Amino acid sequence: MAISSLVHLGSIMGGVRTVDQVGVEERAASLGKRSIKKASKVWALELAIRMMDLTTLEGADTPGKVAALCSKGIRPDPADPSVPSVAAICVYPAMIRPAVEHLRGTDVLVASVATAFPSGQTFLDVKLAETKEAVAAGADEIDMVIDRGAFLSGDYQKVYDEIVAIKEAAGAAHLKVILETGELGTYDNVRRASVLAMTAGADFIKTSTGKINPAATPPVTLVMMEAIRDFHRETGRAVGLKPAGGIRTAKQAVQYLVLLYETLGPEWMTPERFRIGASSLLNDCLMQLAKERTGAYQSGDYFTLD
Amino acid sequence: MPDRVEVRKTYKLYLGGEFVRSESGRSYQPAADVNIPRGSRKDLRDAVRVARGAFAGWAGKTAMNRGQVLYRAAEMLDGRRQQFIAELGGGRRAGREVDAAVEAFIWYAGWTDKLAQVAGTVNPVAGPYFNFTIPEPTGVVGVVAPDEPALAGLVLRIAPALAGGNTVVALASEKSPLPALTLGEVLATSDFPPGVVNVLTGFRKELLPWLASHMDVNAIDASGCSREELTAVEEAAAANVKRVVKPNGRRARLTPQAVTDLMEMKTVWHPIGV
Repeated sequence: MAISSLVHLGSIMGGVRTVDQVGVEERAASLGKRSIKKASKVWALELAIRMMDLTTLEGADTPGKVAALCSKGIRPDPADPSVPSVAAICVYPAMIRPAVEHLRGTDVLVASVATAFPSGQTFLDVKLAETKEAVAAGADEIDMVIDRGAFLSGDYQKVYDEIVAIKEAAGAAHLKVILETGELGTYDNVRRASVLAMTAGADFIKTSTGKINPAATPPVTLVMMEAIRDFHRETGRAVGLKPAGGIRTAKQAVQYLVLLYETLGPEWMTPERFRIGASSLLNDCLMQLAKERTGAYQSGDYFTLD
Repeated sequence: MPDRVEVRKTYKLYLGGEFVRSESGRSYQPAADVNIPRGSRKDLRDAVRVARGAFAGWAGKTAMNRGQVLYRAAEMLDGRRQQFIAELGGGRRAGREVDAAVEAFIWYAGWTDKLAQVAGTVNPVAGPYFNFTIPEPTGVVGVVAPDEPALAGLVLRIAPALAGGNTVVALASEKSPLPALTLGEVLATSDFPPGVVNVLTGFRKELLPWLASHMDVNAIDASGCSREELTAVEEAAAANVKRVVKPNGRRARLTPQAVTDLMEMKTVWHPIGV
């Protein structure tokens, strides 16, 4: 595999287009200004909730906290059963079992970060073992991080091989590949890393761990969307996208949906192909939905503290 | 007029410690040749958001520190005495109104670190408890300023609210908003942390319903409201049981009750001998 994939990879990475920085920032900014109101807003907010990977990735996570988060993910608004469940609960590997237990019998999936999240700076064997254990513990989706050290030093092959190996270790579980765009430096690098991850077999590419600033931004997400669009045109394979980190308000979430619709089109407007990684976003979506329902601006006092 | 180019002023809302145009871009002319920003419900929403964000910091300051900031507001206001007199139409009456506003800031500055002693109580209870009651700030307070007096009416409402540790979203008089906007410039230079006090101008009927129904506003000083407005405010305020301070038909006076009206009394049962 090594020789042929090396040649293959070289031609692919050499063919990656450069990104027009000014153009991409302007387009992301102009699409961010679109105003979505009333019924469309409610529809968008509910879609955003259905696409949400409700996340807790703290050293202080406990089984109890994860259980509370799961309950919230299953039924975000206790007073309103019409509010849909989130797509998945995203946790650390040690919290997979409590999450699986609490989500049994529901459509909410369990996503786990793996591969020495968030830095990824450990041995491949450890990463593979962690991935396998996570899947064995019941994770439906694996969020891995790429080796940014290798990527930034130009060792694309190492990054590629690692993704291929993790993909194999993950088996049937969905693989989301975190590029950590905040550490990649340029849009060109983001596009290159996107193509690399998709070629290596990623089911989803994901912007960030949420542990680094900047995390997801509209222009970076747009660059990744365009990479997905072009990859789909060339290979016919549809790869999903997950912006994560820094998306705290319903307004931001709707802006990402506008970006998605305008770049990848309606086929990507589904939780199978688009996710939003967030924690405090859910409450803001609920507050906006309540505002649309009651006509009054809402207060955080009446929503759960997570 | 000095022999130089005329400096025409753009009046702006005071929101989150900044001077901004209305997000709607609208303005109105309460008098000839003066454009006042016509704030929208989204400006109001933004104001409440920043006021909520500023609340913990302001309420957490020491009472003495809050008093110093209020005192500085008096200093800044006094420094602009002539400007306020001109904006209030000039004359002795305007001068007296500015004096009343300065006095109000100083009076309530003095109350900040005395209120808990005067309004708080130690309660005799039939059990092994040390039982005491202390006033605590309510949260975000909406202040609806009366049309008359345009400056002192507003200051006599916001000063007690701020003295108690609340943050404020004030709706200026629709008819004479200019002194309120200038007051914003006074407040901006008085060491209030951004968002602690916000001044909006615009049409009362466009802003008041949203302020009254806002779930994140904990109290409304409605003393500038008409009878019909008050009814609507009280109905909308019921959703989150806002404290509503009603107009009493008289001009505001200096009284510590104006502060406690916008505070919550907390009673603590502290066990003895455990």
